[in-house]
Amino acid sequence: MRKIAIYGKGGIGKSTTTQNTVAGLAEMGKKVMVVGCDPKADSTRLLLGGLHQETVLDTLRNEGEDVELEDIRKPGYRNTICVESGGPEPGVGCAGRGIITSINLLEQLGAYAPKEALDYVFYDVLGDVVCGGFAMPIREGKAEEIYIVCSGEMMAMYAANNISKGIVKFAEGGTVRLGGIICNSRKVDNELAMMDAFAKKLGTQLIHFVPRDNMVQKAEINRKTVIEFDPAHVQAEEYRQLARKIDGNKMLVVPKPMTTEELESLLIEYGIAN
Amino acid sequence: MLLRHTPKEIKERSALTINPAKTCQPIGAMYAALGVHKCLPHSHGSQGCCAYHRSALTRHYKEPVMAGTSSFTEGASVFGGQANLLEAINNIFTIYNPDVIAVHTTCLSETIGDDLNQIISKAKEEGKVPAGKYVIKANTPSYVGSHVTGFANMVKGIVDAFPVNTGKRTNTINIIPGYVEPSDMAEIKRIAAELGVKAIVFPDTSNVLNGPQTGKYEMYPSGGAKIADLIKAGDSAATIALGPIASGPAAKALDAKCKVPCEILNLPIGIRATDEFVDRLRILGGVCVPESIATERGQVIDVITDNQQYFAGKTAALIGDPDQLVSLAGFLTDIGIKVRHVVTGTAGKKFEKRVKDVAGGDVNVKEAGDYFYFHQLIKNEKVDIMFGNTYSKYISRDEDIPLIRFGFPIYDRTGHQYIPSAGYRGAMRLVEKILNAILDRQDRDAAEEKFELVM
Repeated sequence: MRKIAIYGKGGIGKSTTTQNTVAGLAEMGKKVMVVGCDPKADSTRLLLGGLHQETVLDTLRNEGEDVELEDIRKPGYRNTICVESGGPEPGVGCAGRGIITSINLLEQLGAYAPKEALDYVFYDVLGDVVCGGFAMPIREGKAEEIYIVCSGEMMAMYAANNISKGIVKFAEGGTVRLGGIICNSRKVDNELAMMDAFAKKLGTQLIHFVPRDNMVQKAEINRKTVIEFDPAHVQAEEYRQLARKIDGNKMLVVPKPMTTEELESLLIEYGIAN
Repeated sequence: MLLRHTPKEIKERSALTINPAKTCQPIGAMYAALGVHKCLPHSHGSQGCCAYHRSALTRHYKEPVMAGTSSFTEGASVFGGQANLLEAINNIFTIYNPDVIAVHTTCLSETIGDDLNQIISKAKEEGKVPAGKYVIKANTPSYVGSHVTGFANMVKGIVDAFPVNTGKRTNTINIIPGYVEPSDMAEIKRIAAELGVKAIVFPDTSNVLNGPQTGKYEMYPSGGAKIADLIKAGDSAATIALGPIASGPAAKALDAKCKVPCEILNLPIGIRATDEFVDRLRILGGVCVPESIATERGQVIDVITDNQQYFAGKTAALIGDPDQLVSLAGFLTDIGIKVRHVVTGTAGKKFEKRVKDVAGGDVNVKEAGDYFYFHQLIKNEKVDIMFGNTYSKYISRDEDIPLIRFGFPIYDRTGHQYIPSAGYRGAMRLVEKILNAILDRQDRDAAEEKFELVM
């Protein structure tokens, strides 16, 4: 079982990319579980064709400790298994602790047990790593491969670099490695070359460049992944390619995060400043 | 030799505390809350916090200490403790019927960021706080400060909640007695009454945690500052805050809120500090010091003079809470005992200067220190007597130095609840204890030919 976590700046398209990639893996016949680690609980919407109703934490709150695996798992597109951690409304409680609680609960309940015969687990984690709880998926060998969704915009790269620092910290004492950068294009000038250079600087690879296409939004409005909504579309093929690349990826590294100065000079070299 | 591993050589430590000389903020907050009549303290956190804090107080006072808890579970930690606190407030008023619930936070509820103000207003909106009843609050994370800070925070919480400035000044004096024993609070009240000063003392744990055995359990004993008085405290002529760390923040808050000017004094432990307190009361209250008080003072001076030969040149080491230590160090110096080491677990940069001002510049003083360091100081320079709480007994035993129990907590002796160490009477008790310790040791160690009948 390969354990993968997707990180990246807020709004960069982590959930969309994750679900489309998972759809691609599912098409290849892989058994995949997606664990949404965002209090908004919208990481599995496209696979389920709508919002997941009961999150792990809702269930825990309503049912107490007596939670059954079937209460929190929902089957999605092509039998992908969808789980939402859930969490408190904005401004109260501790969402980070919520992620720790729900991942622990999933383990206790045997969601990762060999009899589940999973090929992949994907953790889709909110925004930046804001506290220990949001780093839960990369602690203690829970996820072993990280992919960072990024674009050629400065703040996205800044966040990706920051996340790499977090990975280094946990990689030192554990098994977690960076698998690559996924560029979710924002049509920034010279984006492909810049992302490629950025990934190399971090010591990793640009695993795939996902071009911008309105089909993604169209499919989203219809609560579907592109692969499900329009399997023949060119964008569906992009996600299939990404899925195949991840499936065949052997390049797992401890990243080498840049200093802010290095990052800025990279932007000047490739960016629109030219 | 239970502490045989403590080395004599002192090394700089940056991140390690060994045997801390302080405890959790909520212990102080709970104690302060018990000084309000018909008040039930409430711990907003997990059950273990509340159980420990109650048991610490119960062990020290030998009285049942009641308090509620929000009983956080995993769910409450994630979603916030609002639902638990709302239900707790409702249950407490319905079942235990206090007049006041004093909510303090814990490390957990502080870290997840529960907003007590918002939750308490919601409880009021939802009608969970009956008319004429109060919910007051203090933020007490234990990773900041100590039990003394927690006490100070809850006393400030009392000031935030009750006093009202109606515009009609009275000649009453507010006295905030500091983190002292119920017996000391009673003594402070007695002194004010003896002087003929009308005083509102808060918090006041006398007759709450040192009540008589009546054979009948009272959940809310007769003592404690009354709500009506706490409200009137906003109209008082002045506030005397005893102990800058424990009482200062509340006195300043009362000044800011109701324009009641405040004077912050040292705790009235020892003659000099009690003199300051009595003098301040005399001036603010516009009264004369009665003969009865002058007699009490004269009696202590007499005992000190009579026994001067036993005090002179003796050395002492002190560990405990900052306000207490400053006054005690001053008193010991005044009676001829050389104070050598003073350590408090509570952080505060001014502490060193305060101690050196009263006990001399060559004293070893440490704020935010621990027992391990205190022990090392003693190993490097032995003293004749030690002052400290129950945890000091290990050092006392290993180093064979008589220990005079002083401060919080005292789990293994009794009397502190009932007999004051504040005021002139309290000074008399301290003098007696010090003399007993010194003379018992002299008797124990005397050679046969030097064993004296009359001392």
